Amino acid sequence: MGTRVEGRRDVVVVGGGPAGMAAAARAAELGLDVLMVDEGERLGGILPQCIHPGFGVHYLREELTGPEFAQRLASRVEDAGVDVLLEAHVPEVRWISHAEKGVRVLSPGFSGEVRAGAVIYAAGARERHRFEIGILGDRVAGVYTAGEAQTMMDVYGILPGRRVLVVGSGDVGMIVARRFALEGAEVVGVVEIMPYPGGLTRNVVQCLEDFDIPLLLSHRVVSVRGRGRVEKAVLMRVDEGLRDIPGTETEVECDTVVVSAGLVPRVEVLRELGALIDPATGGPVVNDRLETTVPGVFAAGNALVINDLVDHAAEQGEQAAEGAAEFLRRGGIPATDWVRLRPGEGVKLTVPQLLSGERDVWIYLRVNRPVRNARLSLRGAGREVRLPVVRPAEMVRVKLMAGEVRRAKVGGREVVAEVYRG
Amino acid sequence: MTGRGKVRRLTCIVCPLGCEIEVRLDRGPGGDVRVLEVRGATCPRGREWAAQEVTDPRRVVITVVPVRGGDPPTVSVKTDRPIPKSRIPEFMRALAGLEVEAPVRVGQVLAKDVLDLANVVATRESRSMGRSFGERP
Amino acid sequence: MGVRVVVVGAGVVGASVARVLSRYEGLEVHLIDTNPDVGWGVSKANTGIVHGGYDDDPDRFPLRAELCALGNEIWHRWVEELDIPHAWSGALVVALEGDQRGELESLLERGRRNGVPELRIVEREEALALEPNLTPDVEAALWAPTVGQIHPVRATVAIVENAVDNGVRVHLETEIRGVKVKGGEVRGLETSRGFLEADIVVNAAGLRADELADMAGVEFPRIRPRRGEYWIFDRSAGPKPRRVLFPTPTLTSKGVVVTTEVSGHLMIGPNAEDLPPDAKDDVGNTAKGLEEVWERARELWPRLPSRRLVIRTFAGLRPEPEGGDFVIGTTEVWGFVNAAGTRSPGLTAAPAIALRVRDALVELGIELREKSRWKATRRDIESTIDLSWRERASRAREDPFRGRVVCRCNLVTEREVLEAIERMRAVGVRTPSLDSVKFRTGATSGTCQGSFCRVRLVEILAREFGVPLWGVTLKGRGSEVGVGDVKVLLRGRA
Ligand SMILES: Cc1cc2nc3c(=O)[nH]c(=O)nc-3n(C[C@H](O)[C@H](O)[C@H](O)COP(=O)(O)OP(=O)(O)OC[C@H]3O[C@@H](n4cnc5c(N)ncnc54)[C@H](O)[C@@H]3O)c2cc1C
Ligand SMILES: Cc1cc2nc3c(=O)[nH]c(=O)nc-3n(C[C@H](O)[C@H](O)[C@H](O)COP(=O)(O)OP(=O)(O)OC[C@H]3O[C@@H](n4cnc5c(N)ncnc54)[C@H](O)[C@@H]3O)c2cc1C
Repeated sequence: MGTRVEGRRDVVVVGGGPAGMAAAARAAELGLDVLMVDEGERLGGILPQCIHPGFGVHYLREELTGPEFAQRLASRVEDAGVDVLLEAHVPEVRWISHAEKGVRVLSPGFSGEVRAGAVIYAAGARERHRFEIGILGDRVAGVYTAGEAQTMMDVYGILPGRRVLVVGSGDVGMIVARRFALEGAEVVGVVEIMPYPGGLTRNVVQCLEDFDIPLLLSHRVVSVRGRGRVEKAVLMRVDEGLRDIPGTETEVECDTVVVSAGLVPRVEVLRELGALIDPATGGPVVNDRLETTVPGVFAAGNALVINDLVDHAAEQGEQAAEGAAEFLRRGGIPATDWVRLRPGEGVKLTVPQLLSGERDVWIYLRVNRPVRNARLSLRGAGREVRLPVVRPAEMVRVKLMAGEVRRAKVGGREVVAEVYRG
Repeated sequence: MTGRGKVRRLTCIVCPLGCEIEVRLDRGPGGDVRVLEVRGATCPRGREWAAQEVTDPRRVVITVVPVRGGDPPTVSVKTDRPIPKSRIPEFMRALAGLEVEAPVRVGQVLAKDVLDLANVVATRESRSMGRSFGERP
Repeated sequence: MGVRVVVVGAGVVGASVARVLSRYEGLEVHLIDTNPDVGWGVSKANTGIVHGGYDDDPDRFPLRAELCALGNEIWHRWVEELDIPHAWSGALVVALEGDQRGELESLLERGRRNGVPELRIVEREEALALEPNLTPDVEAALWAPTVGQIHPVRATVAIVENAVDNGVRVHLETEIRGVKVKGGEVRGLETSRGFLEADIVVNAAGLRADELADMAGVEFPRIRPRRGEYWIFDRSAGPKPRRVLFPTPTLTSKGVVVTTEVSGHLMIGPNAEDLPPDAKDDVGNTAKGLEEVWERARELWPRLPSRRLVIRTFAGLRPEPEGGDFVIGTTEVWGFVNAAGTRSPGLTAAPAIALRVRDALVELGIELREKSRWKATRRDIESTIDLSWRERASRAREDPFRGRVVCRCNLVTEREVLEAIERMRAVGVRTPSLDSVKFRTGATSGTCQGSFCRVRLVEILAREFGVPLWGVTLKGRGSEVGVGDVKVLLRGRA
């Protein structure tokens, strides 16, 4: 590979998933000198392991599988002239000055510090594991996260087990359940703590009903038991407050438990750099260029906020690239009296957290419960949007005009996102 | 819903709304399923989908195929067209013995007319093994 | 050929015995364990504290009292010789407002009798100055600066590696099923791999020491499992104490500890729950036990991090001998020597127990002459995470495997994994397991608990051991990571 690594780059992109690839390609298309590093053996982040269709309907106007979507973006990255370094881990990004950061890279081919005018951090997310969701009992083989089970099966060709219990009915959990069923394993159930399924109806139908996989709502896996390997899982019913109902323990025989309990942005590198982390998103606080609170460091994709659609992750990559280009062109993002965007009634999280009022901005938000005939109000900006249905599993995306944001500047300098019924 | 025939209830998957659709159907003289009425859908796409789903449900099948000497050791594949839902298990068994040789390109047809239903097409590449440096230190 | 000594049990005690005996001419030392790797019994799951020696009452438990204090002293040397990850952090035994102060006084007195140096009672202000996040309800504390922490499995591995270097032979996945005794003397062992002649058998069988003694017809107090459970937090979670914090002890245990363990994670535990005698494998976690630990820990450390920052829970079983003291030395059967009853503080006492076993051999009339060439030192695997940035980068430039990060959370590179595998082989590991690599390198024990790197470790282990990917295990046979290739079930039905 003729990748040039040494020297100072305009932009270094950390992470070669869809967000990083879109960011790198866009930045290079804007005429910048770009290096993208990823610790994986191939580009695409988690996409190569997501072999199901459902990617790119908005971004590419075509429904592709994860690997195909990755391939498309990878050719765009190549055409744009981005230098790519694979199997390259970034343990640390160092602040040198407002105008320069040191990106530290460990890889078999190159190890050292690369200087960058701007950094786009697109490191994706990690999965929540059994210990974080309180599955007690024995520490035995056969307990995997969904992404790990996918990688085992669909990249390495290993079948993890014969009788599988899936924990969590988000889209990912249901899709993994179907993969097991297709390969001839028995999926004994998908367990969901909430009283409604976490993922799309389409997946309830095509992943569970198609294969007669039972969905157990308002249940929780409290422990797994076994000697070397999982032999059974213990389930409990929960009440509306999600508290265990005593006396409702049941045992389910299985040899595999797949935990699909959500993702957490990977922000260790940002945190070490001093970036402020938003407890609601788990990602960094950013302004409307997706710049973190560390000047010159931008964030996109699942490292910024967990995206259910790859389209949004890629779109954020492009926005971060444009932000980085502006940062380099103007010697920094111009100072302004920022308007704060924050979640209110019915809303769990909002991104970006800081709005300038100098540009139109895409706002991403997630509600905390399903609502039909919903009314989304962006209080402070005087904007209301009607939505036929909103659900926690699906990010809501709304464009806010610069003028609307500026209205908040005369008021309390904040826009509060609220969701009501009717 | 009243009238002749059998009623099937479906949750529409065309968009996130998830309309509850009812389809009334009966059997034609040749035993084929006929749709008499679709209710509850709020758009024409939903109606179309529901009719198709009760008469002849089909799915694109997604799986992996092992690659001899490949990195990674599998390729992901899809059928180039949807196949009848009821035949998916049989289709999967028919593919179980398939193994291909590295390298594999995206779009490469790995098996033709499997059970006369569809071709199987690679959606991911797999290179021939041989890393940039030795297998063992 | 000399005298053949077979040490049964490759926990920290058996390992220590093997190392100490490896020093002498004319002994052929074998170390046997039924597990696939060393240190996977009680020694795997405990608090890892090298106790000071002030807890144990010399009148009631003379062996514990003497060997704990002595063991502490020896560990100070062993961690250096064997390059064992450790922290000499010291400990505070915390008395809360009320009637606990008297207990501190008696601990201090006991410590003096046991010869523990530098003990001192500190008053509230000093305790809070030492540990600002300690509960404001502290009244006073016993400050014990000689207390330390080690990584117990890594310690056991280090000791065994050094013992092997000095000629000890290790037999893993070998279960002892019978002890052959003739004319009041030990003759050998029936093992799952055949008969092994032996002149001396050292019983270091931990939880099953009573069963081994039964096999030899040696009287031995019954051993009951007493479970202790733990929570471990993410490395980023704090506040973390700088010293080991104990509550004032009770009769059954030293209480729930709050500590920053050697690899930098906040850890709380253990409680003490007596299990039935036949539950010697039940290291499962329970909600009840863990809640108890949480409540107790909060009494010392009110600012516990959120439960969302817990990365792991685990449990261990203490081998509690009836009578409460260690059981060490010669027995009514000539050649059968106990190194058992190793409840807490058995980890601390292990090196001292080993010296007692050596003395027992002398007592049996075996002449012990030191080898002229005996290697006292051993180096640990160099951990990338412990290196400065400059060192990390320059190592990676010299060695591409040092540049390939496998475990992102703990920055473990492929070189460390390969070294771990080499060392697994050196101590006789034949079944590739993820836990063997985890205990040697820290891989899979970080924030993500292996969801990123487990499968990459599987790939490396499969390649190095020449087994299929799905044949790699988590912790030995019966814990394979998969059931076959992805088509195995469909083919079966074709
Ligand atoms: C199982 C699953 C199924 C999904 N299904 C769909 C779907 O059907 N349709 C859809 O639209 N969306 C789907 N999504 C969502 C979508 O795929 C994700 O939102 C998107 O992939 C996120 O992209 P990303 O680039 O932010 O992160 P990732 O894809 O996770 O990429 C991050 C990259 O950064 C690298 N990296 C991280 N840290 C470092 C470091 N320190 N040094 C070097 N490299 C680093 C990682 O190796 C990785 O390659 C799914 C998500 C999951 C988890
Ligand atoms: C919760 C807890 C906390 C503790 N905290 C501390 C502490 O902080 N400080 C401290 O000093 N001590 C502590 N201890 C005590 C300490 O862990 C033990 O004393 C010590 O690990 C015992 O080591 P061992 O080698 O005797 O036993 P083990 O490590 O159990 O070794 C015995 C070995 O013998 C093998 N074996 C048994 N029977 C057979 C057979 N028939 N054939 C072949 N192999 C056999 C087993 O497989 C096992 O590996 C704690 C213990 C627990 C459980």
